[in-house]
Amino acid sequence: MSTGTTKLDVVVADVVTVNAMVKRFHFRRRDGGLLPTFSGGAHVVVEMQDGATPRLNPYSLMSSPLDTREYTISVRRDDAGRGGSLFLHQRVEPGQAMVISYPVNLFSLDLRAKKHLMLAGGIGITPFLAQTAQLAAEGGQFELHYSVRTAALASYGGELQARYGRRVSLYHDDRGEQIPLDRLLSAQPLGTHLYVCGPSGMIDWVRGRAAALGWPAEAVHYEHFSAPQPGLPFTVTLAASGKTIHVGEQQSLLEAMEQAGVDPPYLCRGGVCGQCETDVVSCEGTFLHNDHWLSEDEHRSGRKIMPCVSRFEGPSLVLDR
Amino acid sequence: MGITFRQETFRDDFSFRNSPEHIRRFPFPFHEDGYMYAVNIEPHVAGPKGSVLEHPIDVDEHYVSEMQDRALVLAEDPLRCQSLPHMTLAGWDLLELLMTAKAESYPEHFELTRDGDRWHWINRPLGIDDRFTFGDVATLPYGPMEYITRQSQGDFCLLDQRDGNLWMDAGIVTTQADWSLDFDIGMNFFEWHAPVPLAHEKGIFTRALKFLLNVQQGRPARRLNWTMTINPRLDTSPENYHKWGPDRTTVTPENVGKKVHLRVELQSFWRLPRSNGLVFPIRCYLISMDELVTSPKWARRLHRVIRDLPDEIAAYKGLTRYRATLIEWLAAHDDGAPTSPGFGPD
Repeated sequence: MSTGTTKLDVVVADVVTVNAMVKRFHFRRRDGGLLPTFSGGAHVVVEMQDGATPRLNPYSLMSSPLDTREYTISVRRDDAGRGGSLFLHQRVEPGQAMVISYPVNLFSLDLRAKKHLMLAGGIGITPFLAQTAQLAAEGGQFELHYSVRTAALASYGGELQARYGRRVSLYHDDRGEQIPLDRLLSAQPLGTHLYVCGPSGMIDWVRGRAAALGWPAEAVHYEHFSAPQPGLPFTVTLAASGKTIHVGEQQSLLEAMEQAGVDPPYLCRGGVCGQCETDVVSCEGTFLHNDHWLSEDEHRSGRKIMPCVSRFEGPSLVLDR
Repeated sequence: MGITFRQETFRDDFSFRNSPEHIRRFPFPFHEDGYMYAVNIEPHVAGPKGSVLEHPIDVDEHYVSEMQDRALVLAEDPLRCQSLPHMTLAGWDLLELLMTAKAESYPEHFELTRDGDRWHWINRPLGIDDRFTFGDVATLPYGPMEYITRQSQGDFCLLDQRDGNLWMDAGIVTTQADWSLDFDIGMNFFEWHAPVPLAHEKGIFTRALKFLLNVQQGRPARRLNWTMTINPRLDTSPENYHKWGPDRTTVTPENVGKKVHLRVELQSFWRLPRSNGLVFPIRCYLISMDELVTSPKWARRLHRVIRDLPDEIAAYKGLTRYRATLIEWLAAHDDGAPTSPGFGPD
């Protein structure tokens, strides 16, 4: 059977400009009822119809899991991206009907932790907004270190400090401030779990230092969604459905399959959850693997691809779809 | 129209029986004339009216008596119910799931009123009328998991999801087919399934785990499992093996129909919203051979399944001692006619 999520019919209740780069979107159920309960760290997939192009982008829920009258997400405008964030920023207005997925959590708190040490970079703050609200209500111990470019772009930095006081520290790039990572990682009580969400470079840095300083891998959690990268167009034959499809420059392989009426299961659309893993029947060319799901051996084998984020360059690719 | 609850026992004089309607709705687990392990998981969606799948959480005529039997087991052995400290939130998730499902499916028997955190729960069959604060363990007589599962048929395993695995970190287990929560508590998915023969080699557990890790909120799944039990005893636990193990030596050609029971587990799998854990309700249904052969199709098919079962599986399910006697008895109910596909009686 295929997995996946149930859809929710929502209406945009409000759109709020947070700063020059970030807007916040509030969703309520169209039938006026409560939205499903969720856990901090969960995301939803927002479905958008951008002209002829359907876009399905995952965004972390940032509202408090204790209040399910509405869900909120914050979206950073990516002018060089494929257009999902631009669509939300420019085309979505209060009152608009939209469809989002049920919440899915691939960045869950470890509830055994004696303390939660959270490191955020930029818009990576969003899952921590929900997680800190959940922990504060349960009396959980946490400490949040938040790295931002400038004070003006520190989305929710002020709110978080007002809510949680000294449990929240901000670091501003333009003032040359940096998270004192080694000091933090070296001075935590036993049973502390580490969470990091931010740009790839930050995640790699934190994971690398944590490993070097002897942190067990089970205590290090990270949210690593990659947005699908644009690339050269390519052609793919789908053996099981007997179709040949063209993947455009701005399109992911998964999106091209969906447009052709082939629907692999998905949850994250960011190379993390493993749902859309697809077997390669034959190929002549080079894979551009961008996922965090397959092992390095699997990447080298040329037998599997994650169509949500990975691409292909070459004359022939046949997939078992 | 409400359910008429039977007064019956699952021990001592074993007065448990199925009414004719309940025989018809028994979840017979064999869709063909043979059996082998498979990842037989399907979406837990509503089934036909009157079937055990009509409602997401089934309540039947044995409800009140099963809850009395559970109370007896817990009084003798409190370790049948355990919850590691980080699992309390999952317990609240389970309480919400079971209360809302029961109140929605059986409004004549169960009623839930919610005013924010202040909840009012009425369970008429068991005579319970409690007001409590959701999330505050001090306002309930037991922890949230124990409170609601003392009012719910079937065993419940609460699983924590972390490190790409599932961990048996809480549960209440009093109607089990020879496994022990006290032994399995804290184990991961592969550890607690280690004793199962053949299935590991077939990669069944690797695939099943991958599936379960991705079960999503609002999309529960289910599967059936089965074994056989001598006498309608719910508590066939390793802890009490000395009480029920010897029963296997008491099967004779004369008493097969009354003593031997097919035991079917309806296992379902649910994502829990606050804790991001999973709950596996494992609901046990019993039917005696006398009751089962009132369906000629089931009689023919069960004969063929038991006759052709691989020896390892028969041994794992504890059938070896009385298998020959059972096959001989069932053979008399199998005229060799073909059986129709699917689970239901003809």
